[in-house]
Amino acid sequence: MGIQRGCIYALVAMGYNIIYNSTGVINFAQGEFVVYGGLMMVTLTMSLGMPVLPSFFLAVIFAMIVGILMERLTINPVKNPTGLQLIIITIAVSIIMKGLAMCFWGKGSHYMKHFSGDEPLKVLGALLLPQTLWIMAILFIIVILQGFFFKYTMTGKSMRACSINRDSAKLAGINDRFMVMLSFALSAGAGAVAGIIITPIIQMDYGRGAILGLKGFGAAVAGGLGSSFGGVLAGLLLGILEAMGGGYISSHYMDAMALIILIMVLFIKPSGLMGGAGAKGTREI
Amino acid sequence: MKKSLMGFSASFFLMTAVFTLGFGSSVIAADNDYKIGCVFSVTGNTSWLGEPQKKTVEMIADEINAKGGIKGRKISLFIEDNQGDNTRTVNAVKKLVQKDKVCAIIGPSESGTTMAVIPVIQKMETPVPLLSCAAAEEITKPASERKWIFKMGQNDSDAVRRIYENMNKKGIKKVGILTATNGFGNAGRKKLTEMASEFGLQIVSDETYNPSDTDMTAQLLKIQKAGAEAAVNWSIVPAQSIVPKNMKQLKMSIPLYQSHGFANVKYAEAAGDAAEGLVFPAGRVMAVSTLPDGHPQKAVLNEYKTAYEAKYKDHVSTFGGHAYDGLWLVVKAIEAVGDDPAKIRDYIETAQFTGTGGQFKFSAADHNGLDKNAFEMLTVKNGQFVVLGE
Repeated sequence: MGIQRGCIYALVAMGYNIIYNSTGVINFAQGEFVVYGGLMMVTLTMSLGMPVLPSFFLAVIFAMIVGILMERLTINPVKNPTGLQLIIITIAVSIIMKGLAMCFWGKGSHYMKHFSGDEPLKVLGALLLPQTLWIMAILFIIVILQGFFFKYTMTGKSMRACSINRDSAKLAGINDRFMVMLSFALSAGAGAVAGIIITPIIQMDYGRGAILGLKGFGAAVAGGLGSSFGGVLAGLLLGILEAMGGGYISSHYMDAMALIILIMVLFIKPSGLMGGAGAKGTREI
Repeated sequence: MKKSLMGFSASFFLMTAVFTLGFGSSVIAADNDYKIGCVFSVTGNTSWLGEPQKKTVEMIADEINAKGGIKGRKISLFIEDNQGDNTRTVNAVKKLVQKDKVCAIIGPSESGTTMAVIPVIQKMETPVPLLSCAAAEEITKPASERKWIFKMGQNDSDAVRRIYENMNKKGIKKVGILTATNGFGNAGRKKLTEMASEFGLQIVSDETYNPSDTDMTAQLLKIQKAGAEAAVNWSIVPAQSIVPKNMKQLKMSIPLYQSHGFANVKYAEAAGDAAEGLVFPAGRVMAVSTLPDGHPQKAVLNEYKTAYEAKYKDHVSTFGGHAYDGLWLVVKAIEAVGDDPAKIRDYIETAQFTGTGGQFKFSAADHNGLDKNAFEMLTVKNGQFVVLGE
């Protein structure tokens, strides 16, 4: 159970990190992209009866378009923004997105069929849902793809250049505003993937964004802001500890577990588990 | 220039004021209308209760007004959304009584919000009868302290009774219970634990979860470890669909009983084939087609079901049925005694009628008027609710 959730937090944390790296901003609408991905997938597979694979890509593309729109309409027009202004904007966007989701998909909880049945499999003496294997596999693929993109492609390198020093990157001929837009698209995509793969297990409704976003944020901070690998690691850790806490202490403190762990990490190592990466240049947050 | 700006801002403020005030209850009632208040959780995480209730009362009001109202006077509904929240419920009830001057209130939808608003009603100088659509027995007991409070939902104790009787038939001795931590779940948990000994049952595991939880495997594992021979889940939230899924995931083969909160086909749909064979008590709304023809409730149930499904293209639920019974009861009272709240209260206290929830027989000692026969044991078969042949 914990691994499933951990993968989701890891993906959400990744989304936070992509945007943080390119703009230095925490995008508080990150959780809403998870909801949008999940709900869109529900619409495509359950209402329109489309197969899983094309729906998956369509839902991700849909979320990316929403991400691009968000950046173009709310982040891009702001001249010389401060970090605080951008954060307030993202909070406003998250409220708007939540409202729109309620209008489009209603207030009920939506469910979706598992990708490949829901007969549990026996793996090393424990019962596992096939969906859990999907979740793990997809997270693995996304992490590899992301690593490859940032390390070996020109666009990825340009994005990293922007995050290290935006002015220099501009002087070197990199279109920094385009990079910011791309980072929003990518992070929305990562969030949507998280939403799509978890919906069969936990159902999805319009109000889920806040708590998913919060836990993902916890993972991002605990892993060291800006460090993608740290975020993934911390996300997995958070999910597993949460499930253990729920099992051994009380499931009522499940949501609190994530935050307790976050506070403990910040006390012991303020820069996060994989810290250092996030501490390059003290940005005003 | 300045003047026009002033004028503009003044009109703008006026407009926003009109909008914000207008949204609460978008009816502008004529003075001679009969005013009836409603408090439902139209939004929030119990909207599955409140939404069918709102649709139901609107449908009835349209029907009555299309026929020219009650004795030539139309009825207007003042519907407030409490979002399942205690504070909002209290405020809504105060507004309905003091500002809108309604003659009776239907709702709230949940046990928790009803309990929160009872003292408010009882302390008012000019109270109005409140017809709650919730289930907890505490709402109408003790009757001496609940002069203005009535309840249209069946008693949760009767639901427990039906479940435990069924367990006795199957020879089940050890039970694991799983309840949500909200008004409905807490009241159910109390009844489940109190009444177990009465039926010779032993609660071997008593687990709870947050209404918003999405994974109950930890609790179910504890129930499994405790050697329970059956599990009972008690909630009104989407978790009801997740519990059977989690059980399937853990390959638990013990029978699962759900509370009467499961009485919405959407829950069974959401749980898919994991819901097959689970058993729960419910009002007869859910299985009209499988009722024998001579059943006294059959006519009223058919009438509600056909009207609602034709108008909204959606399944009926027992929750909407509670609002149906409540509003028709108030309408009957107005027909008989007019719209004086005290007279309506007195009328309801001695009323007897057949509704969707059962055959009500109100009395001074019983402000619910239903017994365990109001429930039918149902099970899920091929994604549909059918009567369990006991």
